[in-house]
Amino acid sequence: MIGGLFIYNHKGEVLISRVYRDDIGRNAVDAFRVNVIHARQQVRSPVTNIARTSFFHVKRSNIWLAAVTKQNVNAAMVFEFLYKMCDVMTAYFGKISEENIKNNFVLIYELLDEILDFGYPQNSETGALKTFITQQGIKSQPQTKEEQSQITSQVTGQIGWRREGIKYRRNELFLDVLESVNLLMSPQGQVLSAHVSGRVVMKSYLSGMPECKFGMNDKIVIDKQGKGGATDDSGKSSGKQSIAIDDCTFHQCVRLSKFDSERSISFIPPDGEYELMRYRTTKDIILPFRVIPLVREVGRTKLEVKVVIKSNFKPSLLAQKIEVRIPTPLNTSGVQVICMKGKAKYKASENAIVWKIKRMAGMKESQISAEIELLPTNDKKKWARPPISMNFEVPFAPSGLKVRYLKVFEPKLNYSDHDVIKWVRYIGRSGIYETRC
Amino acid sequence: MPAVSKGDGMRGLAVFISDIRNCKSKEAEIKRINKELANIRSKFKGDKALDGYSKKKYVCKLLFIFLLGHDIDFGHMEAVNLLSSNKYTEKQIGYLFISVLVNSNSELIRLINNGIKNDLASRNPTFMCLALHCIANVGSREMAEAFAGEIPRILVAGDTMDSVKQSAALCLLRLHKASPDVVLMGEWTSRVVHLLNDQHMGVVTAAISLITCLSQKNPDEFKSCVPLAVSRLSRIVSSASTDLQDYTYYFVPAPWLSCKLLRLLQCYPPPEDGAVKGRLVECLETILNKAQEPPKSKKVQHSNAKNAILFEAISLIIHYDSEPNLLVRACNQLGQFLQHRETNLRYLALESMCTLASSEFSHEAVKTHIETVINALKTERDVSVRQRAADLLYAMCDRSNAKQIVAEMLSYLETADYSIREEMVLKVAILAEKYAVDYSWYVDTILNLIRIAGDYVSEEVWYRVIQIVINRDDVQGYAAKTVFEALQAPACHENMVKVGGYILGEFGNLIAGDPRSSPLVQFNLLHSKFHLCSVPSRALLLSAYIKFINLFPETKPTIQEVLRSDSQIRNSDVELQQRAVEYLKLSSIASTDVLATVLEEMPPFPERESSILAKLKKKKGPGAVSVSDLEEAKGEGGALNGSGDRGADAAATSNSATLSPSADLLGLRSAAPVAPGTGSLLVDVFPEAGPASAPAVSEDGFLRHLDLPPESSDSLLVEAPGESDFEDPALPLPESDDLLYKFVCKNNGVLFENQLLQIGTKSEYRQNLGRMYLFFGNKTSVQFSNFTTSITCPGDLQTQLNMQTKPVEPLVDGGAQVQQVLNIECLSDFSDAPLLNIMFSRYGGAQQNLTLKLPVTINKFFQPTEMSSQDFFQRWKQLSLPQQEAQKIFKANHSMDTDVIKTKLLGLGPALLEDVDPNPENFVCAGVIQTKGQQIGCLLRLEPNAQAQMFRLTLRSSKDTVSVHLCHLLAEQF
Repeated sequence: MIGGLFIYNHKGEVLISRVYRDDIGRNAVDAFRVNVIHARQQVRSPVTNIARTSFFHVKRSNIWLAAVTKQNVNAAMVFEFLYKMCDVMTAYFGKISEENIKNNFVLIYELLDEILDFGYPQNSETGALKTFITQQGIKSQPQTKEEQSQITSQVTGQIGWRREGIKYRRNELFLDVLESVNLLMSPQGQVLSAHVSGRVVMKSYLSGMPECKFGMNDKIVIDKQGKGGATDDSGKSSGKQSIAIDDCTFHQCVRLSKFDSERSISFIPPDGEYELMRYRTTKDIILPFRVIPLVREVGRTKLEVKVVIKSNFKPSLLAQKIEVRIPTPLNTSGVQVICMKGKAKYKASENAIVWKIKRMAGMKESQISAEIELLPTNDKKKWARPPISMNFEVPFAPSGLKVRYLKVFEPKLNYSDHDVIKWVRYIGRSGIYETRC
Repeated sequence: MPAVSKGDGMRGLAVFISDIRNCKSKEAEIKRINKELANIRSKFKGDKALDGYSKKKYVCKLLFIFLLGHDIDFGHMEAVNLLSSNKYTEKQIGYLFISVLVNSNSELIRLINNGIKNDLASRNPTFMCLALHCIANVGSREMAEAFAGEIPRILVAGDTMDSVKQSAALCLLRLHKASPDVVLMGEWTSRVVHLLNDQHMGVVTAAISLITCLSQKNPDEFKSCVPLAVSRLSRIVSSASTDLQDYTYYFVPAPWLSCKLLRLLQCYPPPEDGAVKGRLVECLETILNKAQEPPKSKKVQHSNAKNAILFEAISLIIHYDSEPNLLVRACNQLGQFLQHRETNLRYLALESMCTLASSEFSHEAVKTHIETVINALKTERDVSVRQRAADLLYAMCDRSNAKQIVAEMLSYLETADYSIREEMVLKVAILAEKYAVDYSWYVDTILNLIRIAGDYVSEEVWYRVIQIVINRDDVQGYAAKTVFEALQAPACHENMVKVGGYILGEFGNLIAGDPRSSPLVQFNLLHSKFHLCSVPSRALLLSAYIKFINLFPETKPTIQEVLRSDSQIRNSDVELQQRAVEYLKLSSIASTDVLATVLEEMPPFPERESSILAKLKKKKGPGAVSVSDLEEAKGEGGALNGSGDRGADAAATSNSATLSPSADLLGLRSAAPVAPGTGSLLVDVFPEAGPASAPAVSEDGFLRHLDLPPESSDSLLVEAPGESDFEDPALPLPESDDLLYKFVCKNNGVLFENQLLQIGTKSEYRQNLGRMYLFFGNKTSVQFSNFTTSITCPGDLQTQLNMQTKPVEPLVDGGAQVQQVLNIECLSDFSDAPLLNIMFSRYGGAQQNLTLKLPVTINKFFQPTEMSSQDFFQRWKQLSLPQQEAQKIFKANHSMDTDVIKTKLLGLGPALLEDVDPNPENFVCAGVIQTKGQQIGCLLRLEPNAQAQMFRLTLRSSKDTVSVHLCHLLAEQF
């Protein structure tokens, strides 16, 4: 179990120190600073063992969050908690920065007391937390005893993430499918590894205690329905492909027993924004872009680079925020770049040529060529040729995931599934999208 | 680094450094550096030539980036270009970059060498110095090859500036250390030596470092430096404190130079020239005198400088080791330092004393400080000083103070730092062995050592104890006794168990006579430690058990039981399992004779260098006492282990084939253990039928190890207990009653033993008949003549017991054994014991006559009877007459361990009934005593009270005398 939690600024000064267990001494704070933050080499592992104490850290901009334990805990649990903790803090005071943390000392300690008890993670649902931990500055109405007891019963009750008696004039629902696609490709265009990790994020403004049911083109469900000859309410999935989901995790509101038995995702949603599920796929991924590199060494002092990118999706769709990063050798002394589209620049501080394109439609092609001058060195070792990486954003799900339905039932109140306004959006982003050159 | 002065400041560099310092994260720093590197690259690549200033600036930046820990792979060329600049600052940065960054195999080295050559050839002293510094800093072989010829020329040239000479001397020293074969002095030697006469003290100081280093390598070439050094030293020592101006340091004239001179002199033997020697002794005396003078300054630098010279002088005195007067004075001076406030001084004093202690002139003088040193060991706060104190104690130890020093070291060991414990243990072990006058002290010391610092006692130490105990017969009994006592502590160190197991296995018989350490008690004691031990120790203990079976046949069933248990015979460790299986078979198949041969006492170990000493040598760190002097003293130490003369013990040869004496003691660490019981041994012994393989020892069964040196036996004879009873053969020995009780619960064992004779017994009973074997062993090396034995049954016993025997042979050879068989028939119940009378005479000795009670008691004729709880209590009630019952309440003399009691009751004869008594703590037995005339039923109940350490024993039998007698007999057993 987590023995303590520390937050450091970039200099290694402790901003927040909360110790939950006696086995974590004060010197643990310094141990992490000395061995990780101020380490000679950059520490790349998120888990560090120092003197039989494990430190799990995540970094948010310049802020280090470190969970400390002496026991053999589930590392995934600790990181899940740390990410949740970041989410909670973001939900309370926005960006996690030194300034913001310093301004919210009391709040953070209050939160830490609530979401971690003797090292065991507790309810970290922002919506629920906000009912009883109110922000600094905003003076909450003095809560009546009734309200307090209501909060208590809700937080400790079976459905801890939603309170009763929520009312909206307009029942609205926003559904975002956010995916990040990761790729490693050989210079010849062979896919070495590719996977998509996606999230389904919902924002719900629904009255009462609605029961929701979420359907997507999950291969298992579709196959089952196909066999059983069940009716298809949308009627359009017959031609569509289904996708194979490798693994998925759900928000606590989803009834897992029902998922296990019927593979249907049904839940009572929390109010406001939350992440309904996370999933990962590795098969039949639509790669939005193809990068074709061409590198030619002209003698010892010159390098010619030509990179072509091809967009590989419906011409009607537009990709945005495209950025191609072409690494340059460490002995680069000068760069000339020519590109047809977008802007390209040699960034000496990052040892790379960065080529930015604002928008690009599907089934198009674009090209950049660069001449790199090199300084002859007495070092014999060859340039390692790091891969060319790419960033982009596309308005579809590269995994092929489609939302088939999201039904809302609220038997007590007077609105039906058809009265709810539903919005669905797909966003595909690049994760680590690299092509070797 | 050049100061960033106004005219010459490098603004760009300063800005860059401050940028880096302001970076908030590592990433930001790397970005800034990448940007700067790209900038410098483009600048260096640029077509227009850079001026000297920018070059210097960029090279400086590269140097800074390199020092931050980033790789730099360009800019070397620019740095080399800087060398040819005429500006000091540019040249300096160029040299700096090269000495930090250029590795010796760089291809630029030719260019660099060229630049250096130019500078050396220039007449500018600053440039020459810069070049020399660069050569020394790089110090590579290429540098040495290129400049080894050049530098000595500069060093000895008449017109070279003093500062350049200093640099040249030190640079040459560096090159000499890096590649001594390239730097050859040859023709320069005498001129270099004459630098000692140089006017400039700085040059002398630099030169003397070089000369010291060179003369260590070939002292003969530089021999001529001694008189020069002495005269220089005497000039410094005798000078007033103000004479040397710049070279006077806190009122001490040229302390560094003095120290170096003294150190140089330590490379050579005392000067032969009387005048020079006289002058030197005078100098040393002056230095010693000065130490006594009141300090000229309170400053710590003053005393430090003074003491530095003093300690060097003392080292020189010790090195010469020829001036008793000076040695004693040095020792006294150090004695003063021993109590000095300054920790460092105490440390140095102890360290120097260590070396002084090895000199014959000052050993006695050092010994006078023993109390102070012991005190230092106890009270010193600094561990390194305590370590030195321990070293010194070790060095000053000799026969006269060994006991005291060993005792002090032992007591210190309890609180000693963990880091030095092992060394301390080795030292104590060596001292104890080296100066042991009486071996019981040695055994005590080592056992104490194991008790106090068992974890740090290495294998070698306990091997050594055992080697010594085995090689010395006179300590074996004492060792067995001491070990036995030591093992009784509730928590023993494993090493103690090992020593205990080994010694008791070999010599347990020597203390078996005492009922408190009877064989079974010994065994139980050892076995109680068994489960706490590691595998090698367990293996050793198993070997000890099998030796027990040989020594004490009465322990055989118990030990076999142990060997047979699953935890042994099915042990997951293959070594233990093999031993258990083999020992079990050996003990059950082999006859006593074979067993005795196989499990014979270990032969004495061949004399060789103490393994501990070898270990200590391995452990030696710098500054510890040298071992060579110890080895000289080893002559006397060696005598002690070698002298164990085993007399006519031919048996040793029979065993040596299997028990390879050259293997480390038991050879525990080798794959195949040498202890008896390995396959090869069994193959050796069984097919050839024991006696054939070991003719000399085939007869003596468990009466081995009885030989006595002939010259001492006469005196022992006088005290032989048998002699006091000479006139009255019928009167049994006073202790024979005790002997009798010893055999109530067992049938085999050693009945009697003195210096001459050992009597073993072995008996078996069936119903009212019995047979007893008596073994008479001659422990001396001379023949017994007129050996006769007779059995008498006093008083009523004649009608109660029928005894028949054949006479034994009248001659018993030295070391041999005779056997006598007794047939016994029980006619009716009896309470006395038959008497055995032995008479014999020895060549040159008086007639021996002794009488013993034979261990024939009524309980031997018990027939066990199994019965249920109901039956038992029914019969118990039937025997309710008051005279039929005998009861005794008594204090426990022995352990109240359930198993021990059970074994005893089983040995007694009746059946031990389980689950009869409602109280599980109580023991209940039933049996029938068989006599020729009648059968006497007998019921027994023993109720232990662990809290009060008391027993209540109740006996009911159909005959009142039997109840009383049995009750009496049994009460002595618990």
